[in-house]
Amino acid sequence: MVASSTSKSSLSVTLRVWRQAGPNQPGKFVDYAAKDLNPDMSFLEMLDVVNDDITTKGEEPIAFAHDCREGICGTCSCTINGKPHGPGRGIATCQLYMRSFHDGDLIVVEPFRARSFPVIKDLITDRSAFDKIMQAGGFITVRTGAAPDANSIPVPKHDADLAMDAAACIGCGACVAACRNASAMLFVSAKVSQLGLFPQGQPERDKRVLAMVSTMDAMGFGNCTNQYECSAACPKTISHDFIARMNRDYLKASFRSVFKPVSNSTGGGAA
Amino acid sequence: MSLAGNLFHSSIGRKFLMALTGLILVGFVVGHLVGNLQIFQDPDHINGYAAFLHQMGPLLWVARIVLLISVGIHIWAATALALENKQARTGNGPATAKHWIQATLSSRFVRWTGYVVLAFVIYHLAQFTLGVAGSAQFKENLPRYVMAADYRVAGFPVIKAGAEVLDVHSMVILGFQNPIVSVFYIIAVGLLSFHLLHGIDSFFQTMGWRSAKWSGALRKLTLVFCLAYFLGNLAIPGSVLTGMKGLREGFRAPSTSRTARR
Amino acid sequence: MAKLESKVPSGPLADKWRKHKADIKLVNPANKRKYDIIVVGAGLAGSSSAATLAELGYKVKSFVFHDSPRRAHSIAAQGGINAAKNYQNDGDSVYRLFYDTIKGGDYRSREANVHRLAEVSVNIIDQCAAQGVPFAREYGGLLANRSFGGAQVSRTFYARGQTGQQLLLGAYSALSRMVGAGAVELHTNSEMLDLVIVNGHAKGIIVRNLLTGAIERHAADAVILATGGYGNVYNLSTYARQSNATAIWRAYKRGACLANPCYTQIHPTCIPVSGDYQSKLTLMSESLRNDGRIWVPKKKEDRLKEPNAISEGDRDYYLERMYPAFGNLCPRDIASRAAKRVCDEGRGVGESGLGVYLDFSDAIRRLGENGVRERYGNLFDIYHEITAESAYQVPMRIYPAIHYTMGGLWVDYNLMSNVPGLFVLGEANFSDHGANRLGASALMQGLADGYFVIPYTIGDYLAGQKPGSRPSPDAPEFKAAEESILGVTKRLLSTKGREPVSHFHKRLGKLMWEHCGMARTASGLRQALKELPQLREEFWATVNVPGSGDTLNQSLEKAGRVADFIELGELLCLDALTREESCGGHFREEHQYPDGECKRDDENFGHVAAWEFQGEGKAPLLNKEPLNYETVKMSLRNYK
Repeated sequence: MVASSTSKSSLSVTLRVWRQAGPNQPGKFVDYAAKDLNPDMSFLEMLDVVNDDITTKGEEPIAFAHDCREGICGTCSCTINGKPHGPGRGIATCQLYMRSFHDGDLIVVEPFRARSFPVIKDLITDRSAFDKIMQAGGFITVRTGAAPDANSIPVPKHDADLAMDAAACIGCGACVAACRNASAMLFVSAKVSQLGLFPQGQPERDKRVLAMVSTMDAMGFGNCTNQYECSAACPKTISHDFIARMNRDYLKASFRSVFKPVSNSTGGGAA
Repeated sequence: MSLAGNLFHSSIGRKFLMALTGLILVGFVVGHLVGNLQIFQDPDHINGYAAFLHQMGPLLWVARIVLLISVGIHIWAATALALENKQARTGNGPATAKHWIQATLSSRFVRWTGYVVLAFVIYHLAQFTLGVAGSAQFKENLPRYVMAADYRVAGFPVIKAGAEVLDVHSMVILGFQNPIVSVFYIIAVGLLSFHLLHGIDSFFQTMGWRSAKWSGALRKLTLVFCLAYFLGNLAIPGSVLTGMKGLREGFRAPSTSRTARR
Repeated sequence: MAKLESKVPSGPLADKWRKHKADIKLVNPANKRKYDIIVVGAGLAGSSSAATLAELGYKVKSFVFHDSPRRAHSIAAQGGINAAKNYQNDGDSVYRLFYDTIKGGDYRSREANVHRLAEVSVNIIDQCAAQGVPFAREYGGLLANRSFGGAQVSRTFYARGQTGQQLLLGAYSALSRMVGAGAVELHTNSEMLDLVIVNGHAKGIIVRNLLTGAIERHAADAVILATGGYGNVYNLSTYARQSNATAIWRAYKRGACLANPCYTQIHPTCIPVSGDYQSKLTLMSESLRNDGRIWVPKKKEDRLKEPNAISEGDRDYYLERMYPAFGNLCPRDIASRAAKRVCDEGRGVGESGLGVYLDFSDAIRRLGENGVRERYGNLFDIYHEITAESAYQVPMRIYPAIHYTMGGLWVDYNLMSNVPGLFVLGEANFSDHGANRLGASALMQGLADGYFVIPYTIGDYLAGQKPGSRPSPDAPEFKAAEESILGVTKRLLSTKGREPVSHFHKRLGKLMWEHCGMARTASGLRQALKELPQLREEFWATVNVPGSGDTLNQSLEKAGRVADFIELGELLCLDALTREESCGGHFREEHQYPDGECKRDDENFGHVAAWEFQGEGKAPLLNKEPLNYETVKMSLRNYK
């Protein structure tokens, strides 16, 4: 494998990896030895090395999702030793380094498990349910070219900062995987909160939260039981305060829908 | 969707129902405890209080029905949500044991504490309201108590001195003199307090009133509240068991059994 | 010989775009729905164009090889986006942004395109703010700016260190809206493997469904490629691991000219390589150069010393010394080469000797640790995660790495390639950054192309195509393209050699970095051109691609991409060898001034080199588009 390029001592670990040939096929754990690893190597680089080994032996390498390898694209998604993205706080799988493990460790690697994230192969799951939720209302309707000057709508710095906290979500799904109920509340609430904090987001505020929550429920995610495992596993440490905010928004919107007058005429130019 | 649809079908709606019914039930148990603590005053208080409640007639039934519906909705919502939660997790390979990161102990056991509390409530109603369990000591089977003074609510004498009322005071003390009953009661209210530890925190989260800015303080307030609630409840069986609180002077156990009375 | 007609409108520079918009043909609203447009890629350019075209009424099919459009690598851009808003009242203007970009690009970009970019930059900020992009704001609620390399004004808008993410999520939300409205058909996990040309026009693509392995044919009235850059030809880069050149390379092989492939950008501030296993280099945003000071020890023997133990007098703040006017904020190519120079002198720090210090101690003294944390906290965290060192206590160690490619498919003013009906947006085209891109300009270009250029210019092409005239996916051209793809797949899967794909990618990367990296020589490039065909042969003879083609197979995906990278590497070296001058990111050691600055040859190389595929095994044909500077005078870049 890889010789250490620094003076730090190398380590060897055993990987217990979930292997599943395809959707709807049975899966099982398979052990692999990873020897003489440089502690400065990232966890995914370790998987690369293990995979090259497996390939050289003529077997199929472990399929795992990854892309930017700097913790921003949200593609990587391994549950490591029972925790999404592995040990460490505020990191994605790709930001996990082998120095977080000890020589001789057994490392259990699984996909993000949830009914709404069906396994595609090995460690890769289908997270398109998140896209569906976004398509239901995760936007501010603004036609290209129709926007007023950016500085014509001041946004209090505090609101903008809070919105940015929520907007930091990378859509990885760790919140769902960490939740005992596979609830997507943190993901959905982050987007609802971000857009709800802006003056630009007010016209669609009620419609947005109702539509996104309804789609979230329809996608088969579980319900929040306020255990806050989501925010603890979130690689961007997005706060579960946003869940509270979404709860409030949702309830307000639900009650408001009863009393809000509705125009009798339809159309009126909104194409 | 309509408001009812949102409340009864969506995840957040049902959580709101749980929060709302939870609040009603917390209100009830707190009121109940405050009422019960009158046992530490002279028997006129608790017996007058019980007689007053009974006197309310239809209002009492309204309260009982609201409580019953609350319990029903609370349990229904919890069950419906829990079943969905279980389903949301299954069908995607066997996950290894859940690695808990920061969930509180009370949140992890909230379902189990709920079961025990439910069992306790049923027993409690049977013992003190319906008289099915330990019926020899049931209030209906005890000699009537004669009020020594007026029982006043907001200054109005609602139960006059000299009135014959049920002897709740003696029933409670007789009941708790049984160590098994007392210990079960103590464990149950302990678990109820533990249940509330998660429940009250969750109430604020579900209503959207919780935030990192004061969640630490909320946590502490909840803890103090639950502890006070537990200690208050502990005081009654505790004082009876330790003998600090005995039967009232002049209490005479019925010489005959229930059958004889009938 | 390809016809390279730039179609730059006549008239004064500042009026060209306005005039062009007034002159080009339109498609009437009722007809728009009769046109299908394929958009490949969902980064800033892809998402923004797909969303906007759908808003206009076109039927859009969006293809992305990721599992979601939100994963595109635009998401990783950290620093910011330029716009000539002049909100700071510091003298900025459209002209200044235009001029800085032209100058930053070392006078190798097309004047009219760059001016248009600067013009629409202001609309981008408006659009994004309206979408709910959480730009940094001042206490009054108005937008904040920071300064960036190559500019003397503060015109960069930002969202902490995640500007690319926020802009992409804005475009993704616009795209999601149109997907939800049924106006965009979204194909995720779909990798474009070929371009289909019918009667000389781009009319469709062949994709592989990465989950099922199914090869699909998709026909349309026009095809837009927004597939990003080809920097992973170097293996180690700041690109995402999956970023690839397959779409543009296959389009090249179908006749689209590839322009200026040798213009590659090397970013000066990346975390240095630590070992053989390394898969990725992580960028530390250029914004750090606002407050960080770059230095190396004056004496070689100090290079392994504890940095804090090296006294002020023994430090060489070489950028401040060499470029006093711009100092640490000089353009990327200049900062990178300067780092290479001091490391070549033996003064590089860290065990490998390939590193320089980026020191924040002055900034911490000035702003306090919290002040620095507020500005760069997340970057310091990233640095800590990777190196286990705290940049609050010791200076960061950084080294240049491949970051962006200015070259790409040749496009005219309408962003259409020389193949009619094939449009190329964002990093995948060549037009706006010349030989070097300024910081915070990539996001600007991606969104300019997608939101504000293509929606106008595509109409000019479509107006000439009869509605309903697009070919059926059963046409023989589609069948032939599909068969050729199946042939390649079969060949890759049946070789069953001994080496995994990564072996070839690493070798390719080393070869390219050594001979065609920060400094290039004729002899090195010739050596590379000798070795690359050998590497290609070896690849096809000994590559090991396990598994089958009818399921998710990451090895197969990688193999196809690396095969294309090897070929593209060859063209890149050929272009670098042919361009006998130094300009921007292309530095030929033979062509430099005594102080090490780029020596351009405007007379002989003041052109775009657009390479045209002539068939397998044949030398590509060089087409030249002369660069006519009507407004700006080509001059020596000076940041001193």
